[in-house]
Amino acid sequence: MAHVTAIKKGTFLEQVVSTTPNGERLLHCMQCGSCGGSCPSGGDMEYTPRAIFAMIQTGEREAVLAANTQWACVSCYFCTTRCPQNIPITDIMYALKRIAIAEGTARNTDAPALAKTFTDLVDKYGRSFELGLATRYYMLNRPLALLRMGPMGAQMFTRGRMSLTPTKIKKIDQLQAIIKKAKELSGKK
Amino acid sequence: MKYAYYPGCSLEVNSAAYDVSVRAVADLLGVKLMELDDWNCCGATEYFSQNELTACSVIARNLALVDSQYDQLVAPCAACYLNLAKVDNLMTEHPDMNRQVNECLAAGGLKYEPGSVRVRHILDVIYSDIGEAAVRDKVVKPLAGLKIAPYYGCQVVRPLKGVDDTEYPTKMDELFAWLGAEVVDFPAKAHCCGGHMTQISDAQSFELIRRLLQNAEDSEADMILCMCPMCQLNLDAYQSRVNNYFNLNFKIPIVFFTQMVGIAFGIDPKSLGFGKELVSAMPVLQAKLNGKMVMA
Repeated sequence: MAHVTAIKKGTFLEQVVSTTPNGERLLHCMQCGSCGGSCPSGGDMEYTPRAIFAMIQTGEREAVLAANTQWACVSCYFCTTRCPQNIPITDIMYALKRIAIAEGTARNTDAPALAKTFTDLVDKYGRSFELGLATRYYMLNRPLALLRMGPMGAQMFTRGRMSLTPTKIKKIDQLQAIIKKAKELSGKK
Repeated sequence: MKYAYYPGCSLEVNSAAYDVSVRAVADLLGVKLMELDDWNCCGATEYFSQNELTACSVIARNLALVDSQYDQLVAPCAACYLNLAKVDNLMTEHPDMNRQVNECLAAGGLKYEPGSVRVRHILDVIYSDIGEAAVRDKVVKPLAGLKIAPYYGCQVVRPLKGVDDTEYPTKMDELFAWLGAEVVDFPAKAHCCGGHMTQISDAQSFELIRRLLQNAEDSEADMILCMCPMCQLNLDAYQSRVNNYFNLNFKIPIVFFTQMVGIAFGIDPKSLGFGKELVSAMPVLQAKLNGKMVMA
């Protein structure tokens, strides 16, 4: 749109916009606050999405990437469907997570460890493996929480809701070839 | 009616009750669900947090595996449903994404033409494709006297439009009215259960679960019906921890909506996966449904 300022190359704004499908909508944010008001986790956020978008536009890269906003996001998409400017807010939160994980700037959250443990198992077996996820993730990141999880885990197990062994897909080589290619291509960007 | 079927990882073990009840109900309604051969995990939200192209390619492998004799793929899990539908949309709307995802698929000898598979949620299939008359026709044990809170969660009704209202969905409400149940007003019906946040922050996730349980209790619901394995897990398996955390005493059974459709259709509770829920649903079923409910 004509009134939108061209995005300068090499800025944080450009990085966020270019790595989010329809991310250029971010330029249309009018600071109405519907996002934060709709967010079930808004009260837990240091900055609501509205504030984060202003900070992205003014280039406050370090503060944005160190914020807990993207990690408090539960992907419920209320903000996205309610945004009067059709900004893909949840997808921008994913983009911020990706940038923070890639640059190692995530703070005070176990979310990156959970994501990595989860996808490492899928990379290996092609299916998620809950017992493997729970033991590796909790042992390495939240050992005390593991104790509180114990009784629940036992109940899940006795009701046949927890498997001791992972399921591996037949063509795991095919999936791994696809993942390898995706990592190569995204590395080039 | 025939559809390709994507159960997803949760339905293999932790939410097997959803899988068996979906299959049992579909069978009775004459819906043929053909499980996708060698499907892989949709990645939930976890690949998207790390690498977008990997996320889309892992999901697209499943779309590419759909046999050409099927043009629709049914997923009961909300996260699987959204991921599959979202990637199809992204590939349709963004030629560059389509090209890159297909370049990745090609490394595994696969190809996917965006738009060739329509991704559907099982609630929408029962509501829209089967419809009221055929559903009512199968009811042998009306759910009269049972008060249910229909819980839709997030990822089926948002962000993609067209399945139901994004703010106040009603398809499950209507379905259960057809089955004779009393559907309570449940304002939190499309609010979030916290998703994977139960694995990360007790403070943040338990409050979201508390709000949902409180809302159902305020509505005097006998049980909450879910259409997503993550919602069921969070509200059911974490209910006692939420009670401890807030010093509350919720005891609300949380089951999958297809399990109760099966009860209305006269299928025995055991083959619908009852007994796997941590907060047992049997006392409510026995008290409310004429005491005829017994575990086979």
